[in-house]
Amino acid sequence: MSIEARHITKTFGRFTALRDVSLTVNDGELLALLGPSGSGKTTLLRIIAGLETPDPDPASALVFAGRDVTREAVGERRVGFVFQHYALFRNMTVFENIAFGLRVRPRKLRPSPAAVRDKVRELLALIQLESLADRYPTQLSGGQRQRVALARALAIEPKVLLLDEPFGALDAKVRQGLRRWLRRLHDTVHVTSLLVTHDQEEALEVADRVVVMNQARIEQTGTPEEVFHHPASEFVMDFMGSVNLFHGRIESGKAVFGPLVLDHSASGAVEGQTARLFVRPYDLHIDRLHTGKPSLRARVLRIQAAGPQVRVELQAETGEAVVVEMPHAQFRENGIAAGDEVFVALRDARVFTEDWSI
Amino acid sequence: MRGNWFQRHSILPGFWPSLGASMLYLSLVVLIPLSAIFLKSASMTWPRFLDAVTAPDVVASYKLTFGASLGAAIVNAVFGFLVAWVLARYTFPGKKLVDALVDLPFALPTAVAGIALTSLYSENGWVGRRLAPWGIRVAFTPLGVLVALIFIGLPFVVRSVQPVLEDADRELEEAAASLGASRWQVFTRVIFPVVRPALLTGFAMAFARALGEYGSVVFISGNMPMKTQITPLLIVAKLEQYDYAGAAALAVVMLLASFALLLAINILGARSRRYMEAR
Amino acid sequence: MNGGRSCATDPAPLRWGLTLVALGFLGLFVALPLAEVFGQALEKGWQAYWAAIREPDALSAIRLTLLATAIAVACNLTFGIAAAWAIAKFQFRGKNALVTLIDLPFAVSPVIAGLIYVLVFGSQGWFGRWLDAHDIRIIFAVPGIVLATIFVTFPFVARELIPMMQSQGNDEEEAGLSLGAGGWQVLFRITLPNIKWSLLYGVILCTARAMGEFGAVSVVSGHIRGLTNTMPLHVEVLYNEYNFTAAFAVASLLALLALVTLAAKSFLEWKVRRVHSELQADPEA
Repeated sequence: MSIEARHITKTFGRFTALRDVSLTVNDGELLALLGPSGSGKTTLLRIIAGLETPDPDPASALVFAGRDVTREAVGERRVGFVFQHYALFRNMTVFENIAFGLRVRPRKLRPSPAAVRDKVRELLALIQLESLADRYPTQLSGGQRQRVALARALAIEPKVLLLDEPFGALDAKVRQGLRRWLRRLHDTVHVTSLLVTHDQEEALEVADRVVVMNQARIEQTGTPEEVFHHPASEFVMDFMGSVNLFHGRIESGKAVFGPLVLDHSASGAVEGQTARLFVRPYDLHIDRLHTGKPSLRARVLRIQAAGPQVRVELQAETGEAVVVEMPHAQFRENGIAAGDEVFVALRDARVFTEDWSI
Repeated sequence: MRGNWFQRHSILPGFWPSLGASMLYLSLVVLIPLSAIFLKSASMTWPRFLDAVTAPDVVASYKLTFGASLGAAIVNAVFGFLVAWVLARYTFPGKKLVDALVDLPFALPTAVAGIALTSLYSENGWVGRRLAPWGIRVAFTPLGVLVALIFIGLPFVVRSVQPVLEDADRELEEAAASLGASRWQVFTRVIFPVVRPALLTGFAMAFARALGEYGSVVFISGNMPMKTQITPLLIVAKLEQYDYAGAAALAVVMLLASFALLLAINILGARSRRYMEAR
Repeated sequence: MNGGRSCATDPAPLRWGLTLVALGFLGLFVALPLAEVFGQALEKGWQAYWAAIREPDALSAIRLTLLATAIAVACNLTFGIAAAWAIAKFQFRGKNALVTLIDLPFAVSPVIAGLIYVLVFGSQGWFGRWLDAHDIRIIFAVPGIVLATIFVTFPFVARELIPMMQSQGNDEEEAGLSLGAGGWQVLFRITLPNIKWSLLYGVILCTARAMGEFGAVSVVSGHIRGLTNTMPLHVEVLYNEYNFTAAFAVASLLALLALVTLAAKSFLEWKVRRVHSELQADPEA
């Protein structure tokens, strides 16, 4: 089932959580809403679920597969919501939790107790917790509770699954395992899913498409590759991974950052305008000798060789702190050490100027 | 569903029904009947009202009610604090039982307390017998009223102070002791200031409860005019004489006193909460 | 409890001294009156005791007490749940004022609690003439007693439910709604089971107070033997007739009820405290 949110605005008193946000979720895809706290992602998710109502606006609408659901209550929308803190019913066993959505249906639509039992058993098998059916939530680990919450949401056969930072409260290892499990589950069950997270690694690993949000607005929508390699704004680039930042200016159609000069014939570049250069640590190259390419002189401050890549911290001649990452093999070839004077060159970078657009 | 100036929006159902039903019940059972008191006294002319509330026997009852309630509250403040201290900090066999018994004056019906105390403290009662040789008469004297009010106010101070003492940070005392403070100094400078707001709250609550008390006092007091009549009893007396307006006038005086105390208790409660949170 | 922290403990003689004084105070003011009730009740032996309790007026007093209590508790329970739902689950202006109003009956002397209903429903009261014309008796009859009992026990249930419901938050209710449950289903399947200990606690307090209420009921009852006397009023009647043994016999039933209440109270307080601390330790349960 596809979801369309049009021109959603939401204010809480003086605080604006969402500012004219529009979003489309395609049928069957797993979309991640990614952003820092306060960006509005959870609010948007809850509005889609019906747990919050958007500010009144003739242009705003919420459409599920062509049906306007703006006036429908949360119980009518057939959404499966997984809460950040699971919200399992404390006074019910795992079995009863999962069965709840089926048991509260109006008499005519309610499945027989045998049908309910079968469905719950099926879901327990799906989440691999058959042996824990009679336990209470307080007797489960965080990861187990999360899976029960998911099964409970799936029991009502929802048209869309909405997950609010489902793995935020778990240990790193458990988080990674559950992430992969969720992706596999989605590939099996094919329910349209919307996942809210502040962890960009999670979004990139799990989602079909990523929506990056910041301060009540959508910054960029795209596949993980698009968002990561072709960030539309400074914020997105900065948020999606570590980044080196250089300050400079536009001069004669080029972006100048000390000795580094890049072509910047992009639209709207004004002479003398301030510009910022964003470079990923692995897009910088260290040479011991000047190679003739435009490069920055820097002194090596610290080398961190324990890790998947070698991390080199440097101080550039222009004063900026620079971090470069390189594979171990390349590091061994270079043979640099702390205190060395080296040259840092660019492989790939993005230039952002002051954005005057509204 | 939308939020508005009155209620911040929520998707949980049943706000207006539950609020409406509660307000209706509250009005019918509490607010409207209570207003009858004020309306009835308002029907009196001002001089008549003053006469009713300042008649000699009425004034005598104020003195007794107020005085005995204050006295009982003070006694409870001192001994109630002691009891709370012992329960919070010491162990002894049967402590759990004693702790539960502290609530007995809350749970025991006032009439039962009334006749039990009267029986105990009358001249041939178990306690009265032992005090008679010393010339001390308790039953049917203001002293008896005091005793009854001590009984019913006892749990207020204890239950107010006990949780504060139990939660008190021992490390503060240890720090003070390590800096050379004597045990008494630790008590007066470290422990007592923390407990004081709760003690005052308990005192005020015991006082307020004593002011309005009827059942446990009316047996032991003997109800002698000008000597051992408490104000609630006078209200009943006026009712029996069908002097509704007079009864309402006295009730107004009592209600105003109670509300003033309630306000004081709330302010004290807010202060002690702020103190606790600041820690 | 005192452990090895010598500098923060009081010296032993002081401890024992204070403990003895405290126990002495409690013994004098709490234990003695309690003992007196049972002592006096059994002074003339078990036969006299049973006879006093099985006497017809005593039995009808017991019946009336139970009836008034049952109605008062049922009404205040319903109200308490409704008020707690409005106050704990929603944010609205004047919430604090409402909470204070709910506590109002605590500040009112029992005698005044009876007086107000006499002023409204008594023959000289607001509805007096209308009630007389229709031959309905509220004051000096059972309905008046029920009303006075409702008034004095008004806040008990609500006061226990509100903090407990507030500390539970709204997540489970929202989850229930998202799964398609209706409002009543959410209330009965999710909210109430989570607060069951507080609910029970409030009901116990309400019941104990209702059965023992004296001042308010005394004013509205008219003291008609066998008809409008509750147990506490019957105790008074017997005592004023100098029938001490019988008075204490009936009083002992009330005292036993008080002891049962205390036991239940201790148990439930422990349960409620445990739920609170579990909630604090594990907000995701």
